[in-house]
Amino acid sequence: MSTDTLEAPAVETVKMNGLQAINAALMEAMEADPKVLVLGEDIADREGGGVVGVTRGLSTKFGDLRVRSTPIAEQAIMGAAIGAAMAGYKPVAEIMLMNFTTVAMDMIVNHAAKLRFMSGGQSQVPLVIRTLTGAGNQTAGQHADFYEAWFCHTAGIKVVIPWTPADFKGLYLSAIQDPDPVIIVESGKTLFVPMDTPVNQGPIPIGKANVVMPGTDLTIVSYGQMMFTVMQAVEELGKAGVSVEVVDLRTISPWDKEAVLASTEKTGRLLVVHEAGRNFGPGAEIAATVQERLFGKLKAPVGRLGAPYCSVPFAKKLEDAFLVQPPEIVAEAQRLVAMG
Amino acid sequence: MSQTLTNRASPDAATQLDIYRRMIRIERNDDATRTQIRRGRITAPYYSARGQECIPSAISTLLNDDDKICTIYRGIHDMVAKNMPLRPLWAEICGRVDGTCKGKGGPMHLTHPETGVMVTTGIVGSSMPIANGFGWAALLDGTKQVTVAYFGDGASNIGAFHEALNLASVWKLPVIFVCQNNGFAEHTRYENATSVDQISKRAIGYGMPGYTVDGNDPLDVYAHAHAAIERARAGEGPTLLECKTFRFMGHVFGDADGYMTKEEKEAAIAVDPLPRYRQKLIDDGIATAEQLDALTAEAEAEVADAIEFAMACEYPSDDELRRDVFAEEIPA
Repeated sequence: MSTDTLEAPAVETVKMNGLQAINAALMEAMEADPKVLVLGEDIADREGGGVVGVTRGLSTKFGDLRVRSTPIAEQAIMGAAIGAAMAGYKPVAEIMLMNFTTVAMDMIVNHAAKLRFMSGGQSQVPLVIRTLTGAGNQTAGQHADFYEAWFCHTAGIKVVIPWTPADFKGLYLSAIQDPDPVIIVESGKTLFVPMDTPVNQGPIPIGKANVVMPGTDLTIVSYGQMMFTVMQAVEELGKAGVSVEVVDLRTISPWDKEAVLASTEKTGRLLVVHEAGRNFGPGAEIAATVQERLFGKLKAPVGRLGAPYCSVPFAKKLEDAFLVQPPEIVAEAQRLVAMG
Repeated sequence: MSQTLTNRASPDAATQLDIYRRMIRIERNDDATRTQIRRGRITAPYYSARGQECIPSAISTLLNDDDKICTIYRGIHDMVAKNMPLRPLWAEICGRVDGTCKGKGGPMHLTHPETGVMVTTGIVGSSMPIANGFGWAALLDGTKQVTVAYFGDGASNIGAFHEALNLASVWKLPVIFVCQNNGFAEHTRYENATSVDQISKRAIGYGMPGYTVDGNDPLDVYAHAHAAIERARAGEGPTLLECKTFRFMGHVFGDADGYMTKEEKEAAIAVDPLPRYRQKLIDDGIATAEQLDALTAEAEAEVADAIEFAMACEYPSDDELRRDVFAEEIPA
């Protein structure tokens, strides 16, 4: 699946996965701008260039002062990134897994996100947090959570969760040059599935959704690795004669209200699907906004699918049940379409 | 045992006087703050550092304007010592738009990059990991700039202290960790919450020099800070300075002090470092009483001017709620 389905066809593409796309973005950004830094656990080549190899080659090319492996000390990582960012650098700090952001929440929430506001605009914290997460590999309760809602609820930090390698490249290039903190969530599968990617993919603006597929009966909004599940469901729905417009949100905060409202106004029905918990999840905010703005124009209530109210389980059988699967999306979509 | 400094630097006469100038400026400013709070002219939680003036005053004489400090909610003395101008400081604690943070930070989050006041945190321990980032930037820039992270004794028990000292040591960062040990973590007595009798001993675990210093003696603070700053500027890495002192006004201004005895507080106030240092300057022939009185008057005038300025400033407009969340203003 390529995101440029709707765009001019003449772009030269290459097959690459998310991991390669992020690596390319970091290489390009570091080459173009000596202020770009990278830090995190195991990220230098001496340690293997990152646990899954995203940062491979960077320390060899740009040196150990700009590309620094750190102790397993998330507060120290974020603190160093914040101070360097305030001093004029553009650090990309890896917090290996999203669950590990919990031990750096003070640095991220009380400091990175707030220092601009609390200083009346004197301080700038242009940093990027890279973090990996997602269920599906039996990593259980402390290695797979989607906690984006916490960060969306924090004023002063942008939240980006790409799906395609092209979006990874483009959104990383934008995030690194953004004057404010951005957290980019790399969800498991999105790093490893190769897709057609424009050879010279440039920056993609933060805050813009992507209409991946046009449709008329129902809008489905999703993001990250859940997009793979959504696309499987959409194929099934297509066979059943349901025309779905698929919107990949890409940026969760600030989210692209205009794109979601325009699509929903057109189809009259909206289903939001995410891997994060359904309770108080991003879907709740989207549903509330759509119902405030489009009340009377909707043919059905806004549907929401997300994880149940429990921790990510270990047993494969439970993990499969925990994750939203294509049949659930198909069933919920058909229920909404049948309503009017 | 904490380490003993072998090569002790002494401040010259002008520097000794400069230390006093900073101390009296802090004390007059603190006194005026408490007065304004008592009169109901400012409404803000206030964490007075009365009694702790020596520490940042001696250290700041060794810092350049572009050297940086990261401090904490009890840190106005650190800023005043670093020569932060008082007008924007007062406008900020009065919540006015001409405050250094446009009235959006208040006394716990004062920021003034022009004088190197980079971060003031209300979270115990959080000045240290961020100071490391400025240290890293100085290494990248290839400057001799140093960063001082100020914190209290309570902060030496939080994880951020340990993570920050370890990283600073591994990366040989030009950071000086200055613990102002006033004997109490909020209301909890030092020995009831801290595993070692001297915080400086913790430096051993992080492979850096650690000194316990008489924080009420400007010359002792100066000698140790001098060594620490020289070491940092030479690229040899961080130092932990534990400066022992006492806070005269409790944790937050207005608290009942029930957690300390009347006797220990009176004993500490009886050896108040400020008049003691004043007398020493006179006895040593560094300055006359008249010269020191003139510095007091100068500080008082500056504080009075700052208060008058602040009280005449406007309050911020509600539009400020949409500004500085991000670089780009949030649409109404």
